[in-house]
Amino acid sequence: MGIYLSFNKFTTVENAQWIGFKNYALAFSNTDFLNALWFTAKFTLVSVVTVNVFAFLLALALTSAVRGKNVFRTIFFMPNLIGGIVLGYIWNLIINGVLNRFGVDLSYDANYGFWGLVILTNWQLIGYMMVIYIAGLQNIPRDLHEASQIDGATRFQTLRHVTIPMLMPSITICTFLTLTNSFKLFDQNLALTAGAPARKTSMLALDIYNTFYGRAGWQGVGQAKAVIFFLIVALIAFAQLKFTSSREVES
Amino acid sequence: MTKKRNNIILFCFLVLLAALFLFPIFIVVTNSFKTKFSIMGSPFTLPNSETFAGLDNYAAGIKSAGILGAFLRSLFITVLSVLVIAVLCSMTAWYLVRVKNFFTGAIYKTFLFSMIVPFQMVMYTMTYVVTKIKFNNPVGIIFVYLGFGAGLSVFMLSGFVKSIPRELEEAAQIDGCNPVQIFFLVVMPILKPTAITVTILNAMWIWNDYLLPYLILGTGNKTLPVAIQIAMQGAYGAVNWGGFMAMLVLAIVPIIIFYLFSQKYIIEGVIAGAVKG
Repeated sequence: MGIYLSFNKFTTVENAQWIGFKNYALAFSNTDFLNALWFTAKFTLVSVVTVNVFAFLLALALTSAVRGKNVFRTIFFMPNLIGGIVLGYIWNLIINGVLNRFGVDLSYDANYGFWGLVILTNWQLIGYMMVIYIAGLQNIPRDLHEASQIDGATRFQTLRHVTIPMLMPSITICTFLTLTNSFKLFDQNLALTAGAPARKTSMLALDIYNTFYGRAGWQGVGQAKAVIFFLIVALIAFAQLKFTSSREVES
Repeated sequence: MTKKRNNIILFCFLVLLAALFLFPIFIVVTNSFKTKFSIMGSPFTLPNSETFAGLDNYAAGIKSAGILGAFLRSLFITVLSVLVIAVLCSMTAWYLVRVKNFFTGAIYKTFLFSMIVPFQMVMYTMTYVVTKIKFNNPVGIIFVYLGFGAGLSVFMLSGFVKSIPRELEEAAQIDGCNPVQIFFLVVMPILKPTAITVTILNAMWIWNDYLLPYLILGTGNKTLPVAIQIAMQGAYGAVNWGGFMAMLVLAIVPIIIFYLFSQKYIIEGVIAGAVKG
């Protein structure tokens, strides 16, 4: 039904009228949409890298002989439980509080919104990914570390040649989880910037929502955008499936 | 010796990092005790004798936005939804794994497929249909959540059902159990840990969900996240920041308490969900 409607012009579902690919043409010539696409891609790339690197380092730290591991794990995981809307407003307050010192706020520059979202996402997802990495690290047999130590490998070499290859399944999972999570981000985006300034910081999900509910007569275009969004998400999911199953064959 | 010293450095570093992680929550809590005019200008100062507002913000927050009703509504929807999902999806998963034919295969594939469809794809048509069939109330939304939650839940549960030995059910059958008894007396108790995991994953998501209740229930029957968004956007600049901070605290505290008590299950759920998802 969603796909069918993307080829129609409608305001409520009942008065749908077939107009072919016009909606898609409109979507692709819509600067807001192209901007959102680019913004989302950029944001996803940056947050996938930062979240996974930090989560991995934290997991390494928390599987070493340091004290109070469980307390740290509890604390680092906590932000993940807070809902997107609440998270967005907490960071809205903090970031605006910092920016106020320089006489500006979040809606002053799209870059502020971008990095604000990156920080927020990191704060939220690092704990989650860390838990998965810890589980992965604990599954690596101790003998492997001992063997590499006996062979005279330095710590860094052990990490590079033993830990990381053994951790590949976790790395794959976490990468794709961050990928889809960042890509579909909506609540946080709405609460932190709501697209300000001038929709420059709206991501795909928010842009689709705005097209549906903010612009009369454009519901068909919104649906077309949603189909494009769906295709990208499906592509990511299939890539993940391919990636995991090919690895299973190898092992 | 160096190893021990390294550990101490690492420990100090982690303490610092943990403080950084808790800082935003700390800020919200301290600000919820400040008068509303002293929040936006300087959110990082602690409340002093001049700016301390006591519990006024909580009183204002609770009174102004109907937050208590929203809180109870959120609780109602979340609890019932996760119960319905856990029971019905366990049954579905059991049936789909044990009865193998073309239809069950197709249904299972449909569940898997529903996991990758993003919400925006069905947002408009779904809202339309739900309003048409008059499910746009706090009871109806439970069935909508069942629909959205079923994909992952059936997937995780059926992965576990596969590991239950068939002999157990056959033995029960020989002892004279009918399928309903087998499910509730044999399968369900074994399935319980996974069912709890699924329940917690769903609870976290439903409690925090904003867009679905906003679209379906609207502002009349608002849930907690919707109430927070409205308090912020509906005020057009005249936001009562004190009351707003109190609302945020009210939204955070229950989850944190819930988390501290069921931490083990939540962490297990994350790992199980990741390995299978």
